[in-house]
Amino acid sequence: MRGAQRCLWRNALLRGPVILRCKGLLYALALALTSASAPFPGCYKERFHDPHCTRPATVRRVFLPTMNSHLLKSRTLWISVGVLAVLGLIVAVALMWRPAIAPIKRPTSFDTAQLQRGARVVEAGDCAVCHTRPGGEYLAGGLPLVTPFGTLYSTNITPDAQTGIGEWSLPAFERAMREGIARDGHFLYPAFPYVHYRRMSSEDIADAYAYLMSGPAVHAPARQNQMNVPMNIRPLVSFWNLLFLHGEPLTPQAEHSAAWNRGRYLVDGPGHCAGCHSPLNLIGAEKSSEYLKGGSVDGWEAPALVGLGQRANPWSREQLVGYLRADVVNGHGTPAGPMRPVSLSLARLPASEAEAIADYLLSLQNPHAVSETTAQRSPSSPADHSSGALLFSSACAGCHAPGAPMREIDGRPGLQSTSALQAASSRNFLKTVLEGVPAIPGAPGPVMPPFAASLDNAQLGALAAYLRGQARPEQPWTDLSSTIEALRQETK
Amino acid sequence: MSEANGLNPSRRAFLRGGALLMAFTLMPVARRALADTEVDTLGTVVLAPDLPGSLRTNPYLDAWIRIGADGITVYTGKVELGTGVKTALLQIAAERLQVPASAINLLTADTALTPNEGYTAGSHSIFDSGTALYNAAAQVREMLVDAAARSWQIDAAQLSTRDGIIEGPNGERMAYADAVKHVDVHQYAKAQSPAMAAADFKLIGHNLPRLDIPAKVSGGAAFVQDMRLPGMLHARVIRPPRPGCTLQAFDAASIEALNGVVKVIRDGNYLAVVAGDEWQAIKAMRAGMESAKWSGGEAIPEAAGIHDLLKQLPSKRYPISNNGNPGGATETRFKARVTKQYLMHGSIGPSCAVAWFNDGVLTVWTHTQGVYPLRAGIAEMLRLPPDRVRCIHTEGSGCYGHNGADDAAADAALIAMRLPGTPVRVQWMREQENLWEPYSSAMVTEVDAGLSQGRLQDWNYELWTTPHNERIVNAGRLLPARLLAKPFTSAPSVPIAQPEGDGDRNAVPLYELGATRINMNFVTTMPFRTSAMRSLGAHINIFAIEAGIDELAIKAGLDPLALRLAHLSDPRARAVIERVRDEIGWPHKSSEPGAGIGFAFARYKNIMGYCALAVKLRVHPQTGEIRVDHVVTAVDVGQIVSPDGLRNQVEGGIVQSTSWTLYEKVAYDAGGIRSYDWSGYPILRFTQLPKKVDVHLLDQPGEPFLGAAEIVQGPMAAALGNAVSNATGRRWLNLPLTRSTQPA
Amino acid sequence: MSQITLTVNGAAQVLELEADMPLLYALRNHLNLNGAKYGCGLGQCGACTVIVDDQPVFACLTPCAGLEGKKIRTVESLGSAEKPGPLQAAFIDKQAAQCGYCIAGMLMRAQALLERDPHPDEQTIREHMAGNLCRCGTHLRIIEAIKQVAGHNGSRT
Repeated sequence: MRGAQRCLWRNALLRGPVILRCKGLLYALALALTSASAPFPGCYKERFHDPHCTRPATVRRVFLPTMNSHLLKSRTLWISVGVLAVLGLIVAVALMWRPAIAPIKRPTSFDTAQLQRGARVVEAGDCAVCHTRPGGEYLAGGLPLVTPFGTLYSTNITPDAQTGIGEWSLPAFERAMREGIARDGHFLYPAFPYVHYRRMSSEDIADAYAYLMSGPAVHAPARQNQMNVPMNIRPLVSFWNLLFLHGEPLTPQAEHSAAWNRGRYLVDGPGHCAGCHSPLNLIGAEKSSEYLKGGSVDGWEAPALVGLGQRANPWSREQLVGYLRADVVNGHGTPAGPMRPVSLSLARLPASEAEAIADYLLSLQNPHAVSETTAQRSPSSPADHSSGALLFSSACAGCHAPGAPMREIDGRPGLQSTSALQAASSRNFLKTVLEGVPAIPGAPGPVMPPFAASLDNAQLGALAAYLRGQARPEQPWTDLSSTIEALRQETK
Repeated sequence: MSEANGLNPSRRAFLRGGALLMAFTLMPVARRALADTEVDTLGTVVLAPDLPGSLRTNPYLDAWIRIGADGITVYTGKVELGTGVKTALLQIAAERLQVPASAINLLTADTALTPNEGYTAGSHSIFDSGTALYNAAAQVREMLVDAAARSWQIDAAQLSTRDGIIEGPNGERMAYADAVKHVDVHQYAKAQSPAMAAADFKLIGHNLPRLDIPAKVSGGAAFVQDMRLPGMLHARVIRPPRPGCTLQAFDAASIEALNGVVKVIRDGNYLAVVAGDEWQAIKAMRAGMESAKWSGGEAIPEAAGIHDLLKQLPSKRYPISNNGNPGGATETRFKARVTKQYLMHGSIGPSCAVAWFNDGVLTVWTHTQGVYPLRAGIAEMLRLPPDRVRCIHTEGSGCYGHNGADDAAADAALIAMRLPGTPVRVQWMREQENLWEPYSSAMVTEVDAGLSQGRLQDWNYELWTTPHNERIVNAGRLLPARLLAKPFTSAPSVPIAQPEGDGDRNAVPLYELGATRINMNFVTTMPFRTSAMRSLGAHINIFAIEAGIDELAIKAGLDPLALRLAHLSDPRARAVIERVRDEIGWPHKSSEPGAGIGFAFARYKNIMGYCALAVKLRVHPQTGEIRVDHVVTAVDVGQIVSPDGLRNQVEGGIVQSTSWTLYEKVAYDAGGIRSYDWSGYPILRFTQLPKKVDVHLLDQPGEPFLGAAEIVQGPMAAALGNAVSNATGRRWLNLPLTRSTQPA
Repeated sequence: MSQITLTVNGAAQVLELEADMPLLYALRNHLNLNGAKYGCGLGQCGACTVIVDDQPVFACLTPCAGLEGKKIRTVESLGSAEKPGPLQAAFIDKQAAQCGYCIAGMLMRAQALLERDPHPDEQTIREHMAGNLCRCGTHLRIIEAIKQVAGHNGSRT
């Protein structure tokens, strides 16, 4: 009982005193609920020595000895089961309930230095990226997040008493950041990456709290979520938490440099990179054995962040730092899609932060170098890209031709050396063309118009094939028409 | 009047005379040390100093008005830049001729047909042309009535006019077209015109829907970009990466071989391609840009040090105002450095021109602000007699000053000469406009002023600027002429004198001051070519002055608005200030976090329109985003010609100045100019507009026209600066008003 | 060169065009339609905005190839100077233009909004129109003109 129990025990400790008493029942319940397809790192694997086991543990461990008709007729058995069930119900209910933390009057005086630190934490945590909707007030929420389980809307985290977090004390805020529990005790959906924010230091959380409480209060009631059953039952998130909420505040590892540790902190803590850049399991939790091996978000591919220096088109530190700060870099281009606002946030932080992230990420080797190649083959006959070339001349050359100003004056790379065109998947290239890169009002920077209404599917495919032929002629994209069709459906 | 100058009464003749005068003034000895006004230029020699408006330089009545069987034609030497001035001038002429607006065909600047009124610039159009027409039209009408009176043997006082008909007391009727046969309109105007009470105006002071808008909303041919002439070819120019480059290699043959290409022109560093279809021309241009290999080029400075650089470059120091004697120490002082970056006109439609060399005459259709000086420059560039060149103004998109229009016209002219008999259309690309238009100068100013006992004492002001008036005084002012194998050299830069001013426009506060020491350092070595942009130096000078007044008031514990009123005795200045004060509820502002209120006042050039303006805005305490909530302004431009036209100009100026002041700067470093398109030079979008703008017009019936186009640029910038300071408690003095522009 | 049939403002036009020609130049130079304008050719300013089927697009970078069978509409389809359509009439009524170069693009972008949402509020109008630039500062009047058609008769002055 030692290994797994100790893990769960330690996790249980963090959940509140009520549950501490029921460790045995807790263990049974946890086993009953564990999704067998989710590798549970550390203790679980250790305990059963079978990382690939797919049968529910309960079958193997608990029920096998009881597959005995004599026992089934026993009254004792049924009474035990009944007691177990009732106790289990009590525990379940207890698990799904959290106390409210008393409301406070919003703080009115702040330390300037703390606010400056807090501003940087909030920038690093990308709070505004989710908690501000286009055209909406800063941090007042309302951004729809489309998940496989339904659509939810980000909440108002301005210090408004009625509709925001104006009545939240620091402990309430810290509980939300570490446990995913709101002040009034309701569970927050893990779309809010508290699994990562719990790794942050108390100082950072306190500084972020001060910054958030110091801003203007905006009255903006939360929009109704549209989550599918059973995800619309918030208390069930408690079980998700039981399984996937673990991790302590990060502490530096002495054998690595200060920059590396800072980078790791930013990546695993406020930056919550794995939230997009790790694959998720069926119920939306990061597969921790596939840490930073790539994921997807809003239909975009979030590439693997391990082995960045080992790629066919490798990343240098300079390129990575520039890219992370929304520059246009040789060999890779500039971030588009959901990564762009993240990079723009990083650009507002001192460059040392992006440098630290780069140092950390570049240290992550990929033990099995992810094959970026699709089937290696040279085309039997050179593909006819004449229509793609014509489309490029018609729609793209004004900005992207070799003589165009952004190439000539800014020295931006040709499309063939961008990561989108180098990638195994055509998704990011296609999405960039369809959606463009939006302008930030009042601020200069790379922009691109959306082509969704200007190019049809056949044209997109021809253009993509043509440009891919310039980037990786030996590895054409083979699934263009189905990907384009899927993308059009996704954005309907 | 007198035929002393020997001109015979025909249109071509008076223009030929004008050409002679122009030729004379081309000679170096005739060039003056300072241009009198922004519109002053070659050819506008004052012939009749006692006549009002542009009648001084174009005294013949028939230069302005022609009445014939085909109707009434009114000529103006000014042009429609999108301000609605064409409609306003028509209102004035129709009013004074007492005919319906629809009876008049108004022709704008054309070197073959209209008076030479120099440039349409400096808010002079109504001031110069409006005044001329106001008088000329009335005098012509009077002549017609007198002719009818003579013909009917009746006292002229008994006659009236209606709808172009002269009516006698006994039912006599004579159309203007008949009366004119008995009149010699080819005579000098008189200094005095028949009076008309403003209360009797039916058109002036009333709204006439603009003549040009219906076509513009329905796809009518309204712009030079819409011109189509038979057999017209399309051209594109290929510019070097930066000024000063030398063309090393260029494979013209490969471009000539492209589909549809008719001609490839190479003359020194000048490159152009011509094709039958516009798209073919664009592709040929792209191919040409890849083929061309350049070397050298003028260095581009680093943006971070531009203001220090401006102070170090060779300059000529012009004293602007030196009055009074500075007293001793003052109780309160304000000493600061104020800066602005290079701004771009950023015309939404890049410059375009059409030219046709036919039968020995080169005709150029162009959106230049000045057809006569352009003609002289093109004639010199092509070594043609000026009377063999005709420049006809055709509308382009808003230019807000000296943009690429003249250069594009020169491009069209150069190319058309190589294709005699064929019309050629040249359209600049977006990046060509952004990179080659003359910018508005970056400037640095230093204020040092004192206040004692509530009275402004000494006002010391030193400013550094590159030129604000590099208009076409010779062929070398035309960019294409400098790229030719035998290049032309730009004439030495000359600032516009006070009271109009150049970089020093509005550098002299209108307030009563104890003493002034105001000087302009005019830098002629230009890191970037600069020229006139709407309000010239007034944008930053008013910003600096109004920041200074505010700071002095705040430090002395006085209300900034009251301090201004205490130093202005002009009742019209006081009236606009008081109106804004009352309408915005000064000094009350919202209690929302980051809320600020700011005020500013200026009289454009101290001699033109009055403008007071207040702004309420919010600066988000966390993001720093500036949201303009409410703008209230009161303007006085003398007799208002078109109230709605004025309102439109004021609203537009407010929005444009907001964009300049909050966001705009040309981005560059030693590697190049980064603002080659809108991504590198963002301007205000719909989502950043002020929420509410209230414009109050203080009409002055019967008073002289003062001009409207530029009166809000400075005050809006200043009010924004004062409001931001009020909101944040931090005084930002570097434009644009962003955190990153201010020193750390 | 290739032959293509474009349906513009309800009429099918058979044109002989360069195969890579963007729609803007076909409209202006082959169909002599002045409405859509060249402002940047880069999809940044919207002066070339036209409607294809029901979507506003930048004509400067929409290839003609691929538009066969689609309904292309330019500002000329909304009405004429003598008989302006409701949106054009609103722009004339509010004198919503200074130089007017951006206006045809503004009209088409607004038209696309109104066809989708006949009564947008001001915030929606501002956000929808944000893709089009105006340098003269006529934005406030453009909003008023659109609001007039959208049924907000707030300012009757």
